[in-house]
Amino acid sequence: MASTLIIKDLHVEIEGKEILKGVNLELDSGKIHVIMGPNGTGKSTLASAIMGHPKFDITKGEVLLNGENVLEMEVDERAQAGLFLAMQYPSEITGVTNADFLRSAINSRREEGQEISLMKFIKELDKNMEFLEMDLNMAQRYLNEGFSGGEKKRNEILQLMMIKPDFGILDEIDSGLDIDALKVVSKGINQMRGEDFGCLIITHYQRLLNYITPDAVHVMMQGRVVKSGGPELAHRLEAEGYDWIKQELGIEDETVGQEA
Amino acid sequence: MTTQIKLPVDQQTVEAFSQRNGEPNWLSSLRLDALAKAVDLPLPKPDKTKIAKWNFTQFANHTVDSTAYGSLEELPESIKSLIDVEKQGNLYIQRNNTPALLTLSEDLKAQGVIFTDILTAAKEHPELVEKYFMTDAVKVDEHKLTALHAALVNGGAFLYVPKNVEIAEPIQAVYVHDHPGAALFNHVLVVADDNSSVTYVESYLATDDVKESVVNIVSEVIAKQNARVVYGAVDNLSAGTTTYVNRRGIAGRDSRIDWALGMMNDGDTISENTTKLIGDNSFGDTKMVVVGRGNQKQNFTTNITHWGKNSEGYILKHGVMKDAASSIFNGIGKIEHGATKANAEQESRVLMLSEKARGDANPILLIDEDDVTAGHAASVGRVDPMQLFYLMSRGISQHEAERLVIHGFLAPVVSKLPIEGVRRQLSEVIERKVQ
Repeated sequence: MASTLIIKDLHVEIEGKEILKGVNLELDSGKIHVIMGPNGTGKSTLASAIMGHPKFDITKGEVLLNGENVLEMEVDERAQAGLFLAMQYPSEITGVTNADFLRSAINSRREEGQEISLMKFIKELDKNMEFLEMDLNMAQRYLNEGFSGGEKKRNEILQLMMIKPDFGILDEIDSGLDIDALKVVSKGINQMRGEDFGCLIITHYQRLLNYITPDAVHVMMQGRVVKSGGPELAHRLEAEGYDWIKQELGIEDETVGQEA
Repeated sequence: MTTQIKLPVDQQTVEAFSQRNGEPNWLSSLRLDALAKAVDLPLPKPDKTKIAKWNFTQFANHTVDSTAYGSLEELPESIKSLIDVEKQGNLYIQRNNTPALLTLSEDLKAQGVIFTDILTAAKEHPELVEKYFMTDAVKVDEHKLTALHAALVNGGAFLYVPKNVEIAEPIQAVYVHDHPGAALFNHVLVVADDNSSVTYVESYLATDDVKESVVNIVSEVIAKQNARVVYGAVDNLSAGTTTYVNRRGIAGRDSRIDWALGMMNDGDTISENTTKLIGDNSFGDTKMVVVGRGNQKQNFTTNITHWGKNSEGYILKHGVMKDAASSIFNGIGKIEHGATKANAEQESRVLMLSEKARGDANPILLIDEDDVTAGHAASVGRVDPMQLFYLMSRGISQHEAERLVIHGFLAPVVSKLPIEGVRRQLSEVIERKVQ
C-alpha cells in the first residue's frame, strides 16, 4: 500500500530555543530520501520530533502520515500507525531480552488474537539475524545492554526488518561504524527497499551513499531544508563540501547554535 | 529505651507451651531466660527508620492450632503452584504454627540429611540444635526482638547436611499464614557441614484474613569449611502484619553463602540480612528485590562483614516504590583488620513510581585494613523517559513499557531464585504489586 509522509512548516523548540524553523518535506513509500548537512543544523531534531521525543516542543506545523497528523498521537500510536525511528543512541534495557522485546513490538501492531506465532517469529528472527551477520545469541541478551556501538546499529536495523514499518527514519545509522558494519547495515536497508517502504536517512557522511542509492537528497541548514536534488547532489557535496550552498544562499553560519 | 512494654505472654504461658511440646531442658530454660531479657532490652535501631511505635509485641495468640495437610493433593492451589507436585520433593509446609506436611527422600535420609520442623529437631537432634540455635549467628540478647524470638519460637525448620553430602535438588519450605489471630515466631536453622552443598528455598504466604498480626523471623545459616549454601526466599506477608526478619549467615573457610531474597511483604517490615565472612577465602552474595506499595514503611539493612583473608562480599539490591510507600536501603560492607585482600562490593538501586513514594539508598563501607578493594554504587530515580520513548517508539504502550522496565529492573534478582515455581511466584507477586 502506497503511503505518504508530509512534513509541513514544522517548528520545534527545545528548552525555549527554536531548532527547526519551518521544515517542509514530502516523502512517498517506495523511495529513499536522504537528509544531509553539517553538524548542528537540526537534522536529528527533525527525526526525533517526528517520532515524539519528550524533550522537544512542537510550536507549529504538521506531520501527516497518510493524511493523519501524527503530532496529535502518543509515541506508541505513531509507531502503530507505521512510523519507525532508528535512534542514534538506542537505550539499554536490563532484564528485557531482545527477542521478547521484538515480539512485543510486532504484536503491538496486530489485533488481539492475531499475534505472530512463536515458530514464525523465531524463523524470521533467525533469518534476519543471519542476514545481518549477527550472533544468534544476541536474541537472548538484554536489549542493547553491553552492545558495542556497531551491534546497537545492527540491532536497530534488525528491528526495522522485523517490524516492517511504512516509513523508517534512520538517524545517523552510519555513525561510528567500521566499513564492514556499514556494508551490513546498508545491506539491511536495501533489503527493505520496496513499494511499501519509505525511508528517511539522516547522515552527515556521504560514504553511506556508496552503498545505498537515494532517490532524493535534501540539505538542511539553519533548521530548514535549503536544497533538494537527486543522487548527483550528494556527489557534489562529497566533492565540494557545503560552502557552495552557503554562498549560493548567502548563509554565513549554517547551524542553529546547538547540536541536538 | 526504658519504656516498659507489657508482653501478652508471661512466664507460665511460655513454660506451659514448652512443656506441652516436650522440649528438652536447655530449650525451656533458654526461653525463660530470653523472656526475662525481652522485657528490658531495647528495640533494634535500624538506621534511618523510627520503629518505637511499631507493633512487634502485641498479638492475640501465641500459638494457634491449624489443620495439617494429609497429602500433596490436599494442598490449596496457592501452595500447589509453588511446588512440583509430580516429583516427590523435599518439602516442609507449615500452616501458621502447625507442621502441616513433610517429605524427605529416603536417599537423603540415608545420607544423614536432617530436615524437620524446628521444635521436633530440638527434641530429636538436641546435640545439633543446641549447638547452633542462637549461639553463633544471631544472639538471644541482641535486642528486644531477638530475645522475644528466642522466648516464643513457635515454628520453623531445621536442615542439617552432613560432611561431604552434596544435595542437587532444592530443599523447599512453605510457611502459610492464614489464621487471623496467629503470631509467627519462625526460626530456620541451616547447618551445612564441611564440604557439603545445599539449596534451601522458602516462601512466606498470607491470606487476606490476616488483618493485624506480628511476625518475627530469625534464620541462621552455618556454612562450615568449604560448604556451599544457596538460600532463596520470597516473603509475601499481609498488609496488617508487622514483620521483623533477620537472616544471618556465617561462612567458614572456603565456604560460600548466596542469598536471593524477594521482599514482597505488604506490611511494615524491618529486614536485616547479614553475612559474616569468618573464614579465609569465604564468599558472600546477597541479591534482594523489594516492591513497596500503599503506605507501608520498610527498612532493609544488608551487611557483609569480612574477617577472612581473600573473602569476597557482594550486595545487589533493587527496589521499586509506588503509592506512598517508603523504604530505607542500608548496605554495609565492613572489612575488619587482618582481612587482607578482601573485596567488598555493593550496589543499591531504587526506582520510584510515584511522587509520594520515598526511597533512600545508603551505601556504607567500613574498612579497617589497607590491603583491600571495595566499591559501592547507589541511585534513586524515576523510570528513564528515554527508555520509555525507545520502547514506545516500537509500538509498545506506555503501561506495557513501564511494566517491561520495572520487570527488567528486578530481573537480575528474580532470575537467581533456584526453584522455578518460586521464581514464578515472585514474578506474579511483582506483577500484581506494580499494576
